Amino acid sequence: MSKVFVPRDSAARSVGADEVAAALAKLGHEVVRNGSRGLLFLEPLVEVETKDGRIAYGPVTIDDVASLPIATAGAHTLRLGNIEDHPYLKNQERLTFARCGITDPVSVSDYVKLGGFDGLKKALGLAGAAIVAEVTESGLRGRGGAGFPTGIKWKTVLDARADQKYICCNADEGDSGTFADRMVMEGDPLMLIEGMTIAAIAVGATKGYVYIRSEYPDAIATMKEAIANAVAAKWLGANIQGTDKTFHLEVRRGAGAYICGEETAMLESLEGKRGTVRPKPPIPALEGLFGKPTVINNVLSFAAVPFILAEGGTAYKNYGMGRSRGTLPFQLAGNIRQGGLVEKAFGVTLRELVETFGGGTFTGKPIRAIQVGGPLGAYVPASQMDMPMDYETFAAAQAMVGHGGIVVFDETVDMAAQARFAMEFCAIESCGKCTPCRIGSTRGVEVIDKIVAGEDRDANLELLSDLCQTMTDGSLCAMGGLTPMPVMSAIKHFPEDFDKPAALAAE
Amino acid sequence: MSQKTTLLDLSPREATAAREIALRYGNRPDALLEILHDLQEHLGFIPEAALPALAKALNLSRAEVHGVVTFYHDYRREPAGRHVIKVCRAEACQSMGANELVSMIERFLKVKLGQTTADGAITLEAAYCLGNCALSPAVMVDDKLVGRVDAKKFETIVAECRS
Ligand SMILES: Cc1cc2nc3c(=O)[nH]c(=O)nc-3n(C[C@H](O)[C@H](O)[C@H](O)COP(=O)(O)O)c2cc1C
Ligand code: SF4
Ligand code: FES
Repeated sequence: MSKVFVPRDSAARSVGADEVAAALAKLGHEVVRNGSRGLLFLEPLVEVETKDGRIAYGPVTIDDVASLPIATAGAHTLRLGNIEDHPYLKNQERLTFARCGITDPVSVSDYVKLGGFDGLKKALGLAGAAIVAEVTESGLRGRGGAGFPTGIKWKTVLDARADQKYICCNADEGDSGTFADRMVMEGDPLMLIEGMTIAAIAVGATKGYVYIRSEYPDAIATMKEAIANAVAAKWLGANIQGTDKTFHLEVRRGAGAYICGEETAMLESLEGKRGTVRPKPPIPALEGLFGKPTVINNVLSFAAVPFILAEGGTAYKNYGMGRSRGTLPFQLAGNIRQGGLVEKAFGVTLRELVETFGGGTFTGKPIRAIQVGGPLGAYVPASQMDMPMDYETFAAAQAMVGHGGIVVFDETVDMAAQARFAMEFCAIESCGKCTPCRIGSTRGVEVIDKIVAGEDRDANLELLSDLCQTMTDGSLCAMGGLTPMPVMSAIKHFPEDFDKPAALAAE
Repeated sequence: MSQKTTLLDLSPREATAAREIALRYGNRPDALLEILHDLQEHLGFIPEAALPALAKALNLSRAEVHGVVTFYHDYRREPAGRHVIKVCRAEACQSMGANELVSMIERFLKVKLGQTTADGAITLEAAYCLGNCALSPAVMVDDKLVGRVDAKKFETIVAECRS
């Protein structure tokens, strides 16, 4: 009987991976539940181990299982050949996702076999300042959205004097169109543990938390399993690998609040409080969790660190363009034929991602708009698809790269409805601390309704623009501060959708 | 079960459950969200009667505990149906017809988002991204994610919930 791989990733499970795995096991095969390769349009993806590598079939339904020539790994309409040669995978530059999908994600021995903990091993022999210097050298910028240099943040915490410091991982991943954090936690959780442990050693912290949104039950379970395994293997906990370094890591669940992805709201939530935003200063690096110096980073920021330590900051910096160094795991989502995870160096164009990798829209209709960077990101018109993915290029176009989520819409999209939703979402998720966000967003919905209904259109468009300015200038955090971005981009690039005859709009 | 509890109704069962779960977390106030999650898994919702017991155990004011329970969307103040179906309303799912899917589901179940079906089988809720945006539209049935949801798939889900 053969050894076969069927992902345990929740996206794969969402289209029947469990049923396929059970059916293969019933036929007597040895089934390994691996992470997903990220070719989500091919899930459930079944891989068969052969002497010529892993031969893949997909997307496999339960009805296909009986007909799969597993024993020979031979011909079948669903046969994709050696998965490593698949262009979707082969044309990526996988540094962070190099291991994801290959092994059982919670197996420490599998992880070590594939180079896992090489970064931590190196870090254990270095002074904190040398680790921070390596991360600074890599040019890594925070992957949670704001793009703040990770090395500078770590140095602030390293230099702070305190009896206790903390490492907090922001795994709230609330942005629509993003799932890379989830895939790391479900597909290579030990890498996140390794990255956080390196951070702890670098700045002198002994306690850490992973704050995971409650919408991710599989990620929560897998992280907990991986933490237990890492502790058992002495890669985490007291006296890591027999050294004097100690780092205790705990998973905390969110409770359904988008704003808890904002770092200070997350800290409040980790302290057991309402998730309201704290004014800055003080910055969390100096006064963070329980008032102590705290490193807060996104999952992908921590996940990039093991590579940087193992291979050197320069090796990482050699990828990318301008001030955007390294790679970003982009997430192709929405109305797209080949949705999934594509890790590429910065500088890849939006068109390459959406057309070459993504294969255009799922519906086959022309692309009209692409929302990049989550619900607070701009709607980019199809005409701007040649922009390279780079923080500065996007900022100059009043757009943002954010967490790398790319949501494609075809020509049927109503951009006034999308602008309205941006305001509605802000109204639902506002923490309520400041007026421009709390009240402004509700007013925004009303004004857009009037515009669409054809009521005093010009005056109301101006009112909307003023309202957006007030939100941008007067909000305490980027929830209220950036909601105008999708709204104004919709008006700017798709004015015709705000100017339909009232009768048509009423339909 | 469906009877409404009030502040005065200090049900010992609910207060005891709250105390036991809080103790499991060493009565640490920072673990409040975890405690509330566990309590909700145990009782199906967060009854008012549990709040004073929680406040006492964690050395918090009742207003603080109440404030947390009401801030987060996850915590329900009343029991839900036997199954909870969350339908994603966020952008990636919208691009694949989530709005139409929601309307279809509401008609099919004869309830609106936030309501429970007459037979008590299903509570329907909105979600804002389930992390399945490459396989939109997505729903979550209790803890199980489902992708590429259409009318036919949804009918199967409902049949399973009702069986
Ligand atoms: C409304 C709002 C939501 C956010 N959501 C997230 C999130 O889900 N995950 C995340 O890592 N950062 C999120 N951020 C950014 C964080 O505040 C913070 O910048 C980030 O966690 C820092 O980590 P990084 O430097 O590694 O990116 C959000 C910010 C705002 C204003
Ligand atoms: S902008 Fe909105 S979410 Fe941010 S602090 Fe103000 S009210 Fe809260
Ligand atoms: S937007 Fe629906 S799952 Fe992400």
